[in-house]
Amino acid sequence: MKKLRTRRHAVVLNRSRGGDVGITIVLALMGAIMVLPLIYMVMQSLKPLDEFFVFPPRFYVVHPTLNNFRDLFFLMSTSWVPLSRYLFNTVFTSVAGTFGQLILASLAAYVLAKMELPGRKVMFQMIQKSLMFSATVAGTITFVIMRYLGWVDTYLAVIVPAFQSSLGLYLMKQFMETNVSQEMLESARLDGAKEFRIFWSIAMPMVKPAWLTLIIYAFKDMWTAGGSSAIYSEQLKSLNTGISQIAAGGIARQGISAASTLLMAIVPIIVFVVSQSNVIETMGSSGMKD
Amino acid sequence: MAKEKKVVSRKNMTKRQWTWHLMKQNKVGYLMVAPYMILFFLFTFLPVLLSLIIGFTDFNMLQWPHFVGMRNYVTMFLDDELFMTALKYTLFFALITGPASYLLSFVVAWFINDLNPRIRAFVTVIFYAPAIGGDVYLIWRTLFSGDSYGWVNAWLLKMGVVQSPILFFTNPKWILPLCVIVALWTSLGTSFLAFIAGLQGIDRSQYEAAAIDGVKNRWQEAWYVTLPNMKPQLMFGAVMAITGSFTFGGIVTNLAGNPPTDYVGYTLQHHISEYGSVRWEVGYSSALTFIMFLIMFGTNLLITRIISKVGQS
Repeated sequence: MKKLRTRRHAVVLNRSRGGDVGITIVLALMGAIMVLPLIYMVMQSLKPLDEFFVFPPRFYVVHPTLNNFRDLFFLMSTSWVPLSRYLFNTVFTSVAGTFGQLILASLAAYVLAKMELPGRKVMFQMIQKSLMFSATVAGTITFVIMRYLGWVDTYLAVIVPAFQSSLGLYLMKQFMETNVSQEMLESARLDGAKEFRIFWSIAMPMVKPAWLTLIIYAFKDMWTAGGSSAIYSEQLKSLNTGISQIAAGGIARQGISAASTLLMAIVPIIVFVVSQSNVIETMGSSGMKD
Repeated sequence: MAKEKKVVSRKNMTKRQWTWHLMKQNKVGYLMVAPYMILFFLFTFLPVLLSLIIGFTDFNMLQWPHFVGMRNYVTMFLDDELFMTALKYTLFFALITGPASYLLSFVVAWFINDLNPRIRAFVTVIFYAPAIGGDVYLIWRTLFSGDSYGWVNAWLLKMGVVQSPILFFTNPKWILPLCVIVALWTSLGTSFLAFIAGLQGIDRSQYEAAAIDGVKNRWQEAWYVTLPNMKPQLMFGAVMAITGSFTFGGIVTNLAGNPPTDYVGYTLQHHISEYGSVRWEVGYSSALTFIMFLIMFGTNLLITRIISKVGQS
């Protein structure tokens, strides 16, 4: 035993120094390509108007100012539908859609992962195969369904479809399968606990990383959502649509445009930064078998 | 007090009796899964089914639809030149850009795997930010703007490479390469995270065993140890990357307009919405949607088949 502890790794892997150096250089280059546009965005949002008319245009901002953000809020508050309304729409639909998805997808995931239910394999196969489609291409057909349901131009048209994201359910189900011990469920069943209770007080507390991941995905989708074909009224539109109308147009609005894109992007990025380790943990069980 | 239960075992029942028994025993399970499945049927399954059905009609939202048989499909393949263009660019994005984004996600995840965990977390955010940041890719429109205030153009002018600004998003020569670059830039998404997690899940002892068995360098290590060990993630990541590549049309619209010059980068996604929500020829649009679904499904099956061969000799 003692011998093992003397060195951290008993075996040295055959990885060349040159390879390490090469990989670091390639990674640094790729990292630069990834991050430079993001930095440029931040710079643009901080530039005062006169710095947009310099030739050749500077990458860096010389006299940073928050005027663009101030102007954005000013323009938004004077628009026909006030900023607060757009903000409410997006926050309300994001929260409602995320919450609904969390509850419905977790319930279904629990059943598909942990109950011996005839038909569960077929249901899961259908959901897994649906990951191979992107429903966004079927916008017109979804509109027909919405019209039939009478949900056109209501919040329901945005919120309810978000409840059934197959990715959310898929990740939750895979995570439950590996992280909720069957023995604990069985012993609770022998004690006579009701299935719903087992789900709520035994299974759910064990899958917190998957909740967080589902919340982030659902929230990000709703937050960055543009217009929906089933929403006409300006008062019901999302913050993203409202803000991009303001930011559109001319070089004079470049700074405002950058400021608005930045504000919309920073929210999901921060959410991810905070919960990264949980998301990665969830992805650990995301694997797909035929 | 535990109730006396009748002992049931699988042995003294036929298969059908056993299934029935399980169904009765798990009644509450159906109740729990039902709300999700109903909505799933309504908003995921039904659109596919309806695209097939409406695709055989001349539905236009106003009049009662008439059954027209295969007419929409005949028109599509014989009479609609734009369909062929759209098909070409759709397949280009799915079969070239999709796999490229997949490869990129894997390579980056693999490269950052041995970094110190804190640095790795930081680098992950940098590579993932374009994917999660919504419309953040619009900044490329400013960088490659067609006038001399565009950053790239300004420098090309100043260094004398060009005499007049290049209309990057109007010139058909430039539209496709730029849209591909931007699409790749935003594409280190879910598959990227899945690969990071998959790589983290491989135990060092496996690499050590491989080193003892004679693996000579990191490329062999990747081929013989890493890839076979994270196959489930590779499959999942492939599905995410390929499905994502079918929505790159949105990037083309936002950068080069709809339709782009000479229809370069014009995808089925554009064609579907052109007929669906501009001309209201919903029947034809549905037939297009159905074809799109078939292509998505087919491409995914093809690519996952190929990946399932990894590590099998």
